[in-house]
Amino acid sequence: MTVVDIEMPSGGRSGTALVPRDPNPQKAADYRSDQEVRWCPGCGDYVILSTVQAMLPELGLRRENIVFVSGIGCSSRFPYYLDTYGMHSIHGRAPAIATGLAVARPDLSVWVITGDGDALSIGGNHLIHALRRNVNLKILLFNNRVYGLTKGQYSPTSDKGMVTKSSPAGSPDAPFNPVSLALGAEATFVARAMDSDREGLTEVLREAAEHRGTALVEIYQNCPIFNAGAFDTLKDPEQALHRLIRLRAGEEVELGPVGDDGRATQVVVRDRRGSLAVMARSDANPGTILVHDPDDEDPSTAFALSRLSTQDLSTTVTGVFRSVSRPAYDDDVRDQAALARAARPPSIADVIAGPETWNVPERSEA
Amino acid sequence: MTTIETDKVVVRFAGDSGDGMQLLGDRFTHQTAAFGNDLATLPDYPAEIRAPQGTVHGVSSFQVHFADTDIHTPGDAPDVLVAFNPAALKANIGDLRAGAVVICDPDEFTRRNLAKAGYPTDPLEDGSLDHLTVHRVAMGAITLGAVAPIGLGRKDALRSRNMFALGLLSWMYGRPTAGIEEALQAKFKKKPQVAEANVLAFRAGWNYGETTELFATTYRVAPAALPAGEYRQVSGNAALALGILAAGWVAEMKVVLGTYPITPASDILHELARHKNFDLLTIQAEDEIAAIGAALGASFGGALGVTTTSGPGIALKSETIALAVMTELPLLIVDVQRGGPSTGLPTKTEQADLLQARFGRHGESPVPIVAPRSPSDCFDAAVEAARIAVTYRTPVLLLSDGALANGSEPWLLPDVAALAPIDPGFATGPNATDGSGDYWPYLRDRETLARSWAIPGTPGLQHRIGGLEKADRTGAISYDPQNHEVMVRTRQAKIDGIAVADLDVDDPDASRLLVLGWGSTYGPIRAAVRRLRSQGHTVAQAHLRHLCPFPANLDAVLASYDRVVVPEMNLGQLALLLRAREKTDIISHTKVTGQPFKADELEGVLLEQMEGVPA
Repeated sequence: MTVVDIEMPSGGRSGTALVPRDPNPQKAADYRSDQEVRWCPGCGDYVILSTVQAMLPELGLRRENIVFVSGIGCSSRFPYYLDTYGMHSIHGRAPAIATGLAVARPDLSVWVITGDGDALSIGGNHLIHALRRNVNLKILLFNNRVYGLTKGQYSPTSDKGMVTKSSPAGSPDAPFNPVSLALGAEATFVARAMDSDREGLTEVLREAAEHRGTALVEIYQNCPIFNAGAFDTLKDPEQALHRLIRLRAGEEVELGPVGDDGRATQVVVRDRRGSLAVMARSDANPGTILVHDPDDEDPSTAFALSRLSTQDLSTTVTGVFRSVSRPAYDDDVRDQAALARAARPPSIADVIAGPETWNVPERSEA
Repeated sequence: MTTIETDKVVVRFAGDSGDGMQLLGDRFTHQTAAFGNDLATLPDYPAEIRAPQGTVHGVSSFQVHFADTDIHTPGDAPDVLVAFNPAALKANIGDLRAGAVVICDPDEFTRRNLAKAGYPTDPLEDGSLDHLTVHRVAMGAITLGAVAPIGLGRKDALRSRNMFALGLLSWMYGRPTAGIEEALQAKFKKKPQVAEANVLAFRAGWNYGETTELFATTYRVAPAALPAGEYRQVSGNAALALGILAAGWVAEMKVVLGTYPITPASDILHELARHKNFDLLTIQAEDEIAAIGAALGASFGGALGVTTTSGPGIALKSETIALAVMTELPLLIVDVQRGGPSTGLPTKTEQADLLQARFGRHGESPVPIVAPRSPSDCFDAAVEAARIAVTYRTPVLLLSDGALANGSEPWLLPDVAALAPIDPGFATGPNATDGSGDYWPYLRDRETLARSWAIPGTPGLQHRIGGLEKADRTGAISYDPQNHEVMVRTRQAKIDGIAVADLDVDDPDASRLLVLGWGSTYGPIRAAVRRLRSQGHTVAQAHLRHLCPFPANLDAVLASYDRVVVPEMNLGQLALLLRAREKTDIISHTKVTGQPFKADELEGVLLEQMEGVPA
């Protein structure tokens, strides 16, 4: 097999570099559609929607150049409530549809709205391939650890043993860790946020939008009907203090209450085998305390951070795990075409004629 | 030496799948086309890339039918078989006409090779070939001698045997040799030694015919009286790819092909991937579902989305086809049909996806169906399918098949500038009829019932579409019972109302018997009809390009014949659709061998059906 270098004149840009800007200031209300929002009272989707509507004006893009594509599930109703272009597609296929759209239209900011069942079960294949290719898409994965729209079956992120209508004796399935999965699928941008944490969510959404390539943002989202309170331990300030790690680039990875020295009392350290562990700052060798570097080309530390997050939420890492630059698939596809055009202007007549033709002359009737 | 004038010849080359039969056939085809004969070809190869050497199931073949008149099929029974080993002889001998010429290499008929082919005794010695004219030509040994100066190893040197055969057949049939050496040099540009060996082997084959007395006869097939103009040789898959390219060109729309490799459709991707200098992008997706998803996503963005596959791929794509029906977006879906169900016969042909195309979706999900009738017609059919897709904002299924895909014929080059325009007519402003100044994506054109189509990037027309039922006109989500009734019927009415050309009937003698086909059966039906007419019989012929909607005059045509014979390479799928209409006495003739009909076979069927039809 021959392997060639793909030239990439389009590399190194922001995720929205080719999207036309709106010269006028926008506000959150501009992004509200005329449709009545119809999620259950208390659903985490409401706050995610309002956070997204508040964040979009910051991007300064023309509204008509923003597209939200969703699959199927409660969260996938999201596009109907945003006054942008949108497509509510079919179960699991939104990343594939969005890939075609992003390839065809470099002037669009393309967002995918999906859930744990949509992205990780029926659409798992499309998700990993979007991440592998690094298509310029922003994928927001609403993880409520249950199937809501079909009324309460266990999902690929449900706890093993979770009792649901489809698992009266407890779910026999081992759950995915979506951040680990994304990092294993060669993702260039992976983040996690909580529905209730407007500030943290806004921050990662903003970074995701600017990332050129696929950005996966897992959002812990409460389903008040079928998995109520799944993330309550992280929302209770006292408990969250001991469980929640917020990653910040260039800062030590830490958690726990602030100690006498004004710093968090627990830190993440790299042990002799290279894996990560949480320990008291007072016991840690300062040289082993992990300083977060989302730009690290090597994904192993990001992966190790993702493994610190446990299904039981005893430790949960949020923020941007990884944000590295790699050519975006859609840019490469378009660049190949542009180079081909530059090398050989298209002639439909020549292509139809092909490499070998012959002439049949007019015959004179005998 | 005598030269016999003949009107048509069928030649078949057969050997191991690694013996270069397709290259041999391809070159012989080009020479024959350059000479001016009309021709049709049928490549036949095993599903395995390199099946066990010397076995019957590893045999690959290439058939060329050429004539002094216009012809429509790759031919029934070969007049000449070049068999490169005993297995190739065994696999093909049953197809030969009595008295046919067989050229084979006696050195290949070793005990070991005979055993691999399953011959208990040597057919060259046991009298089983007495009804044929057998020429024993030591193709391997002579080729080795001819290419010896190059200094290739024995194995590589023997690979040029196919060009020896090309030389010999070129001599026998007076094929022009101009250009062949250049073509071989170009083909093996990076391997000059191999190119030289091929040229030497070709010359050795020609000279062998010229100088030995083994062949007492050459044949002359005069050039055919084809319409004047510039021609090329084209396969169905290549013509289909070019049709897609031309449709995008005419519509001034970007073409986005989302596809996944599958036999026998992959060559469409291969062809289009070479033409990225056009406004064309290709996406080799992770699976069939992603492939059509990407195509539909591109269509949502205002491109001409295209996906190409075969029957099993259509099954996987059906949910997305229904989404395209619901969202009313243009989408061209190409099904190059093969033997099924399941993996079936991946390299063989069949027409058994018609009902899948017509009904293979959930819900009331009508989709137009267009079928090409010959390899070169794949171009026109692709342009037609794209025109329907864009004009009516609908997915369209294009049903090709393995015989069309790999078969080839001379093609009078079309004038793209003369193709009728295709206009996407994107919406540019609000269209609401209630004075609100809103944009209603499901407001329809009164004539075509096509919905309004605004693409992302159009200011002020932001809207959402999707799989949920839409309110008539406004496109908002609607669960209203009466609205669903209206929308289901409207989607059906839109497809039913597509303007398709009337069915053209060829009936010079006011016959009472009509033979009606669709797709790749056109060639053999045409050939059978001609033979019958030349014998003084009367028979009418019609061929459907549009399988959904049917042409408006179909019922009238059917009603005007006492008997309608419908040959199909399935178990009667078109016949089933026709029997659901007014005319009920349809004679279905079916075949599912993975091979196209032979003209002989259809001639017999039609003769039988003529009995008892009132004159």
